[in-house]
Amino acid sequence: MSTASDLLEIRPEGLYCPPGGFYIDPVKPVDKALITHGHADHARAGHGAVMATSQTLDIMAIRYGEDFTGSRQIANGAQVVNDVSVSFHPAGHVLGSAQIKITHKSTGTAVITGDYSRQPNPACAPFEPIPCDILVTEATFALPVFRHPDPLGEIARVLASIEAFPDRAHLIGAYALGKAQRVIMLLRMAGWDGPIFIHGALQRLCDYHISQGVPLGDLRPATIDRGKKSDFAGQIILGPPSAFAATWAQRFPDPVICFASGWMQVRARARQRGVELPLIISDHVDWPDLTQTITELNPAETWVTHGREDALLRWCELQGRKARPLRLLGYEEEQD
Amino acid sequence: MRAFATLLERLAFTPQRNGKIIHLKQYFAATPDPARGLALAAITGDLGLKAVTPSLLRGLAAERVDPELFAMSYDFVGDLAETIALIWQPASTTTDVPLPELVDELSNTPKSQLPARIANRLDTMSANDRYAYLKLATGGLRVGVSGRLARMALADFGSLPLAEVEEIWHGLTPPYANLFAWAEGGEKPEAAAHAPFRPVMLSTPTDLAALNGYDRAEYVAEWKWDGIRVQAVSDQGTRRLYTRTGDDISAAFPDIIDALDFDGTLDGELLIKRDDIIAPFGDLQKRLGRKTVSRKMQESHPAHMRVYDVLMWEGHDLRALPFAERRGQMDQIIKTINQPRIDLSPLLDFATWDDLAALRADPPDAVIEGVMIKRRDSPYLGGRMKGPWFKWKRDPMLIDAVLMYAQRGHGKRSGFYSDFTFGVWDADALVPVGKAYFGFTDDELKELDRFVRNNTTETFGPVRALKPLKVVEVAFEGLNRSPRHKSGVAMRFPRISRIRDDKPAAEADQIQTLRDMLN
Repeated sequence: MSTASDLLEIRPEGLYCPPGGFYIDPVKPVDKALITHGHADHARAGHGAVMATSQTLDIMAIRYGEDFTGSRQIANGAQVVNDVSVSFHPAGHVLGSAQIKITHKSTGTAVITGDYSRQPNPACAPFEPIPCDILVTEATFALPVFRHPDPLGEIARVLASIEAFPDRAHLIGAYALGKAQRVIMLLRMAGWDGPIFIHGALQRLCDYHISQGVPLGDLRPATIDRGKKSDFAGQIILGPPSAFAATWAQRFPDPVICFASGWMQVRARARQRGVELPLIISDHVDWPDLTQTITELNPAETWVTHGREDALLRWCELQGRKARPLRLLGYEEEQD
Repeated sequence: MRAFATLLERLAFTPQRNGKIIHLKQYFAATPDPARGLALAAITGDLGLKAVTPSLLRGLAAERVDPELFAMSYDFVGDLAETIALIWQPASTTTDVPLPELVDELSNTPKSQLPARIANRLDTMSANDRYAYLKLATGGLRVGVSGRLARMALADFGSLPLAEVEEIWHGLTPPYANLFAWAEGGEKPEAAAHAPFRPVMLSTPTDLAALNGYDRAEYVAEWKWDGIRVQAVSDQGTRRLYTRTGDDISAAFPDIIDALDFDGTLDGELLIKRDDIIAPFGDLQKRLGRKTVSRKMQESHPAHMRVYDVLMWEGHDLRALPFAERRGQMDQIIKTINQPRIDLSPLLDFATWDDLAALRADPPDAVIEGVMIKRRDSPYLGGRMKGPWFKWKRDPMLIDAVLMYAQRGHGKRSGFYSDFTFGVWDADALVPVGKAYFGFTDDELKELDRFVRNNTTETFGPVRALKPLKVVEVAFEGLNRSPRHKSGVAMRFPRISRIRDDKPAAEADQIQTLRDMLN
């Protein structure tokens, strides 16, 4: 007799749904893929067909070009794919991010969370709890040392630093999809209504957020073609973390290097990156939210995809919950 | 406490030395006695709180958190105090307890009551304060500030000459009220203690190419003996033996203390010497780190001091004299004191740097680890400066080994797989021969970390077993026979000197190569 655990299996290409004939966030090109969100390790180019939220499809097209897949299908309510029904639900991670619910009428329901967060995020729709038999969850920050603080408190540290060092530029490292826009929205909420300068790599995704109704305000390119170095004194500049090692960062006056990431909780991590002002702002669930989500959804089984799965499995064991690691390879452990 | 916690956080995230000095000065200016002196002592490692051990802290954590989850967290964070600070249940309300009150409590609470007292404090602190409090309690702040940098900040704060601060430092005790008074315009404190430790003069590494840029005639050379550097002081009846960092090891070496029948301060190498034979470093190690030493041990492992320099003699400070002049006095001094346990390190006879290279390549004694090169006119200066003194160590031994296991590093390396066990071939099997956790560059560390993540065959707790694919060149300073190691040998000071991506694992060295190196 088949059970809900027959809904999913691990293949070299990634997580596969045999009755549906599709993969979820595969790491290699496949015929049919359902994609949770637009981060590069989950959303890859070159599949035969992709089903995702319209925003995720747009983001993939922005990143990879219009021909990133053979055919596209916008997720819209419950849709039948072969023997299963699938639906997409907000994950609160980045714009367009979704959990994928898979239902088979005789065996049950599985929910694949993708990456998710339960903190309020002004740049995307909030996480929606979906009851299920099998919860397939991420575990990026699954250690009890991770308790993300109030992100507005972290933003207040930037503003205080600008006040203390008005001659220095403040460079905030933030990933191009999601984190950058969230940091900008948080700055706006904290009352910073002046211009925010952005690295060229953030431009198109910021434009797209604005087109989707996320009011990022006055954004300007962080170039010095027409200005001089001192124009950036006391200003906020956002760029992808990779740009900070490059000569790009040298154009700013005595910059204070900030980095917005959940990993900034751990001092050694911040120091390894040469960060002077660590900002603990994460788009993933922290330990209390992760364990609370499992308790709340109360699935019959919890499957753990990527991250610190050992700790989450241990917690499940202590709670008397059935759980197993999927040990999916190919996802970036450290991106946040 | 909050101000101290903020200071530690700022220091941790300020990479530049000058920035750290500014933060310290601001703290000294804004903080009253005795809190600032206690903070200074905490940073220099002189606070001397000894009751709070890592195992006490682990015990506290175990009462609140599942031990396995704690172990995984510690493995990830890489710092015990930080792990506990983060994992502790957040306080509903926090209080800012004055630093002196906490230090007093940590020093005066009976050991049996200490765990409960610490737990209570943690319950009312923010995570940042918990971190600073636990760092304080365990000593070893590891905030990237050396004792010397802290004293530089203090000297800078009071516009005091750093050399004078260093000089009196070892005679002062926390909370240094007299030192801060001096910094704020008061009297200079008397160097209170007898037989004080004086800052030791250190050397920088060199090689033949660099030496060829210097005039041979301006330098003398002597052997670099493989013991530990010590300072022997006898001052108005008080006798002390210090390590080069100022730790007092007198109690472990009563035989040396007995021989200090003079009034002065000598710098030299502590060795084990039986008749005319200097014993290997391993023999000296048996006498280090002891609180007391048995008569039997003193007979089987007799200590000896080979003198390099003289700092003070019969009330005169000789440090400003040129080395050549001090050396002349030393000849006389060693003859006069006439102690079999104390002799003079001989100067080497060489005409050119190439002659010296030849001596270094073939030293007359196995317990020589290279040569020291000193400018004839160098005064004795505390600290490590480039120019007056050089060390030219013998070339390390090298083998090509295969990485077998990896573990995450701690501190700066936390999160990277940086602690490696490597092995060599014994027939078809790899036998582990040592561990190394440095020697590679930051880029090589990233490469090794990636290799570990992609080539793990099994995990045992924090340890990952690796596919036998990666060959590294391991450099080490010596090899001892060791019944405790499966391979029968133990390396001294092994480090990964190169990644040998050009070499297939099958061509790494055999265990016989190491056995042949054992003299």
